[in-house]
Amino acid sequence: MSTRRKQFTACLVGVLALIGAACAPEEEKGAGFTPGPLGAVTVDTGAPIKIGLLQAISGDTASLGTDQVRAVEIAIEDKGGNLLEHPIRTQVEDDLCKAEGGTTAGQKFAADPQIVAVIGSSCSGAAVPAMEILSGKGILMISGSNTSPILTSDLRGKKGTANQKGYLRTAHNDIIQGQAAANFAFQKLGAKKAATIHDGDPYTEGLANAFGNSFKELGGTVTLATAISKGDTDMRPVLTEVVASKPDIVFFPIFQPEADFIVKQAKGFPLLADTKKLFGADGLLSNTFIVIGQTEGMYFSGPATPTGATYTDFVGKYEKKFSEKPIQAFHAHSYDAANMVFAAIEKVAVKENGKIHIDRQKLMDAVYQTKDYQGLTGTLSCDEFGDCANPKIDIVQNTAAQKTIDQVRGNVLFTFEPPAR
Amino acid sequence: MARTNSLRRGPVAARRVRRLPVVDAFLWLVRIAAIALLLIGAVSSISSARLSGQQWRDLVVFGIAQGSVYALVALGYTMVYGVLRFINFAHGEVFMIGAMTGYFVTDGLARTALWDAAPILALLITLICCMTVSALVALLLERVAYRPLRGAPRLIPFITAIGASFFLQYTMASLFGTSVKAYPEVDILSGTFDVLGFRILRVHLLVIVAALSIMAGLYLYVERTRAGKAMRAVAEDPEIARLMGVDVDRTIARVFGVGGAMAGAGGLLFGLVFQNVHFLSGFLPGIKAFTAAVLGGIGNIPGAAVGGLTLGMVESMGPSLVLVGLGIPAAHQLKDVVAFLTLVMVLIFRPTGILGERVREDRA
Amino acid sequence: MTTVVEAPAAAVGSRVVMIGLVGGAVAVFVSANGMVEAFSERELLDGLTLGAVLLLSIPLLVGYVAGRRQPELEGFATRPPGWRNPATGLLAGFISGVTIGAFVLLIATVDLRGVLLNVTPELVRDDPRILTFGLEPGAGAGLLVGLFAVLGGLAGAIQVLPDLWRRAVLAAVGWVLAFGLMQAVVSQVLRGLQQQLRIWTEPLADFLYDTSGALSIAGITVVAVLGFCLQLLGSRKPRALVNARLERLTDRSRRIVRVAVLAAALLLLGLLPQVLGSFLSEVLNIAGIFLLMALGLNIVVGFAGLLDLGYVAFFAVGAYTTALLTSPQSSLGVGWIFWLAVPFVVLAAAVAGLLVGTPVLRMRGDYLAIVTLGFGEIARLLFLSDWLKPTFGGAQGIIQVGDITVGPVGVRTPQAFFYVIFVFVLLAAYATYALQDSRIGRAWMAMREDESVAEAMGVDIVTAKLSAFIVGAVLAGFGGALFATKIGSVFPHSFNVIVSITVLVVIIVGGMASVPGVVLGTMVLVGLPELLREFEEYRFLIYGALLIFMMLRRPEGFIPSKRRAEELHEEEIAQDEWLKTQDTGSRPEPGSRPEPGSRPEPS
Repeated sequence: MSTRRKQFTACLVGVLALIGAACAPEEEKGAGFTPGPLGAVTVDTGAPIKIGLLQAISGDTASLGTDQVRAVEIAIEDKGGNLLEHPIRTQVEDDLCKAEGGTTAGQKFAADPQIVAVIGSSCSGAAVPAMEILSGKGILMISGSNTSPILTSDLRGKKGTANQKGYLRTAHNDIIQGQAAANFAFQKLGAKKAATIHDGDPYTEGLANAFGNSFKELGGTVTLATAISKGDTDMRPVLTEVVASKPDIVFFPIFQPEADFIVKQAKGFPLLADTKKLFGADGLLSNTFIVIGQTEGMYFSGPATPTGATYTDFVGKYEKKFSEKPIQAFHAHSYDAANMVFAAIEKVAVKENGKIHIDRQKLMDAVYQTKDYQGLTGTLSCDEFGDCANPKIDIVQNTAAQKTIDQVRGNVLFTFEPPAR
Repeated sequence: MARTNSLRRGPVAARRVRRLPVVDAFLWLVRIAAIALLLIGAVSSISSARLSGQQWRDLVVFGIAQGSVYALVALGYTMVYGVLRFINFAHGEVFMIGAMTGYFVTDGLARTALWDAAPILALLITLICCMTVSALVALLLERVAYRPLRGAPRLIPFITAIGASFFLQYTMASLFGTSVKAYPEVDILSGTFDVLGFRILRVHLLVIVAALSIMAGLYLYVERTRAGKAMRAVAEDPEIARLMGVDVDRTIARVFGVGGAMAGAGGLLFGLVFQNVHFLSGFLPGIKAFTAAVLGGIGNIPGAAVGGLTLGMVESMGPSLVLVGLGIPAAHQLKDVVAFLTLVMVLIFRPTGILGERVREDRA
Repeated sequence: MTTVVEAPAAAVGSRVVMIGLVGGAVAVFVSANGMVEAFSERELLDGLTLGAVLLLSIPLLVGYVAGRRQPELEGFATRPPGWRNPATGLLAGFISGVTIGAFVLLIATVDLRGVLLNVTPELVRDDPRILTFGLEPGAGAGLLVGLFAVLGGLAGAIQVLPDLWRRAVLAAVGWVLAFGLMQAVVSQVLRGLQQQLRIWTEPLADFLYDTSGALSIAGITVVAVLGFCLQLLGSRKPRALVNARLERLTDRSRRIVRVAVLAAALLLLGLLPQVLGSFLSEVLNIAGIFLLMALGLNIVVGFAGLLDLGYVAFFAVGAYTTALLTSPQSSLGVGWIFWLAVPFVVLAAAVAGLLVGTPVLRMRGDYLAIVTLGFGEIARLLFLSDWLKPTFGGAQGIIQVGDITVGPVGVRTPQAFFYVIFVFVLLAAYATYALQDSRIGRAWMAMREDESVAEAMGVDIVTAKLSAFIVGAVLAGFGGALFATKIGSVFPHSFNVIVSITVLVVIIVGGMASVPGVVLGTMVLVGLPELLREFEEYRFLIYGALLIFMMLRRPEGFIPSKRRAEELHEEEIAQDEWLKTQDTGSRPEPGSRPEPGSRPEPS
């Protein structure tokens, strides 16, 4: 049996040796170029510059992410597919619109040392862990559709609880949309009492709260702040409560299909029969919602639809490439985000015989320093917490004259711009 | 479905587990707390006069309408359980497929002249389509997934049913998309009636009337026809039924078929009330309908009706009556909590359900 | 029982037609629901996309099943291998081919897009014409019929081979598919080995896979030969050999061997995350957390026979307890270190287990399932509610959950986290084994088999049930704690009924009451989908089909626990007896039919 034992001993020694080898220090260092504290990406001659896209591309929220993926593709095409003579390549990972998805996808990007920057996430919940992972690796992250205040700041100088260095966004902060909707309801419509309904989604809950807070600050009363659950169909009981609180306006920044049930069933309540008391948000600005008869007269808040020739041009390219019009509200934001990243790369990249080095720290600094950048969504300037948006919020109304979602978006009653920061 | 053997106990509980005083005390505490909270909430809610009498009456009507749909779906659970002692977890999906069929048929018919010319005929055609498709799906399910497992340990067909439930949901999702399908408006169903001070939507009246007549028909079918007799015989004892010349396979298949047809009708009514259907539409209503069946006393057709209506009322009144009264914000978010707690409470208080008789319990 | 009578030709014929039609229906189904198209994004084998492989695997399966030598009819003799096997395979494949061909012609002429959303023009009408491999619909339908028939015939021909060779062929096919699907893992492992050990393995990855990530022709050959040979050589039952050797050892040296094997296994596992790199380690961690839960649910369902569909409630309790105690942002705001929170996780989970367990003490089987499902939803809704928002954060959850620390060092990378999860999983596995043979374990199993009898024999049902709930809840609570600290934030949406169902599927498919089975189940059902994101859309479709299939064909799971398998087979034997009393001759019999290739011999 001693041979057996010898064999096992040999195995053991072998495995130990392997582990020893594993723990051996690594060598190799770039010459000529000294990376900063966060390290650098070196792109070899002819190799692509890799950009990660962290977007929701499956499930209920698939359209939100798909729209932004397409926008980035157009941004790349507009660059001719190349940056500093290197092709731009994207890698799309699904954030599942959930924290778990953000973690897994974030780890996947973090594992790839060639990822220069990540555009995303689609959903704020996914951004929280993804930001932590990517920030730890020094990877720049810039989102075109996150709106939660905790990711950046409350716009009054208080840093958001989830905020990390290296995270920026081109989408508006919820607080602004809340202010916009509240201002419109209180000042333009003269509403003094409001009810809010959310559906338990972090986005809708955050927005409903932001609206409520602003409305109270303006001097109004929130008579009922209630909620439903996703999957509910019978809204009549909750609408009974809403009606009993006698609001002048009902703000429900939720999604389909629950919102469909609300507007359809609201018809049966005399107080809500006047559809001008119904107020939704960007989640409902879709063709399938505005065709519902009872949405005629309803108000919606949402990021201002870009105007101007560049945007028309963009939509033309989008339609040509994907044979449909942009499907969500945040494509332009992601297009701007991508271009800001490209501009920053061009600014900081160091060329060295065919290779380029991109210092991560300098790249981040360059994006934070973005000032008066002319994008599709307006003039963008980033603050120290990463809010770059030019936050114009439009309040639009769906009337008999509007047949398509574009026409509804165009029927702007009120545009809100926060006082300069 | 009467009792046969006094040694065998009811379906749920009523089994004489050696009792620990601590456990009993805990359960009593739960019962007392539940009743106390219910009363406090109800009293403070009603006394606050937040809602008018009319609004309370409205809530009752909403509850009855919702409950009627639950009752129709609950029939399928109750029939299958009565005969096989098996929860057909996928029954909610059979219901959803009925609603989905209703969408495709009404959507197609809405483009024809028939829709405006003879809306009642169009609805009848839709009803027949929904019932047929749902019955076929239920039959297929029985043949493929359940029949080979008859006689297997109880959990095995139940797990199969869970699998079937997911399979059907995602089959529908992958074939027809995950988007919400909106039913066309039915003009004759909009508007309200006033009955004894209750304001009833026409569509709700249709649901209530349809549910009651379908259930009455089913009751007669089971009690009065030969096929119904065979079902009762199989429920009592399949082996003796076989000896008596009953074709057990066919009878069980018929139970699934009839239950599926009921679910199809329920699906269409659901679609007409809420004007929307999507691939997950059956999951929660299915669980709720099962809850309703248990609530009323499973294996019992009038019980399904009573259970469905009770659950509908609990869901519609519960949050407003109790939770708001207890000062809980956003009470309607917790509607399902109320529904499930009701189920737990009923099973603790009265394991056989409201109209429950004890059903033969087979340890299969 | 076997009489030497051949099955009547008509019965065999109708069986083949049936199999062919089922195969055709499946082919139409996967084409119409978008699976083929979604999977054709990825090139699997040189020139063949995953979608094409999926489609073409149907005639192979159909032909293989139709060409099987064992007659499905009970009591008839096995036919000797011969021309009939490929012929029946060919016929069945042809029938499937005709079905899918008809579907191709149908969608080429009628636009079904309005109803069947995934029947896109790219399937048949416009380039790249995925279903018809680029051909015009007419020619494509013909090609499909031919291809299906030929492949069916080929697969049927495999049945002619002697058992040993047939298995080797199957192994070769299996290996090629596995290597194709697992491209990301194999390349990463080869790369990781090179980085970590300075072994020259990376070029091997370039050899196996071409630039698009598909298995190259050379790779296919090598892998197939490897799989074939290993199956041939390995079929001498090395396990039995090793066992025989071990038998001959003295007690002392046997112990040494065991310790050495264990040590080697641990060392390998210790090395694993370094080789796998951060992303694959992350996937392992996700699987590890599910494994922890599955081991817990295994005790509740597998040992004690209590079907709990609300298991996610305990997972959520663990996660929220951890978040409350370790996050400085939570309502408690104490920001403890992780380890300080662990005892409270145990406590909270145990209390939750008691709270759920007590009311359901007197419920059994399916009632229990529905009520626990209700409890799961109640937990999620309460964590989500505005009512408890001041405590649990409502929809916004709790962020900044503390990291795990070992001494002064924070566990932040997935590789480091792997070790922590590994320790917890080891503990859970140890607990499972220890409990299995303990007094309470025997009580659970007695209860699972027959509650009334167990009680009559003096088993304390109340204690047994509550302890099963508590142990299960604590393990799920650990899972939740690790989940919370791994993600770093807790949102109520992570705790829906899907989690409960996934864990249940894992233990059922893997093998109830069997630890190796649960491990395998987690790796295949949780780990794989993370790697094969193509499957994400179809995950629950596949889960559902798998559940039905497993219950019909293999209710004891892939790696069954011996005791449980015996129990089930006992049932099956009883069932067979019962079936025989009915004159339903065509029914397949799960118990008595030996299924070559898929059912391991009981050892």
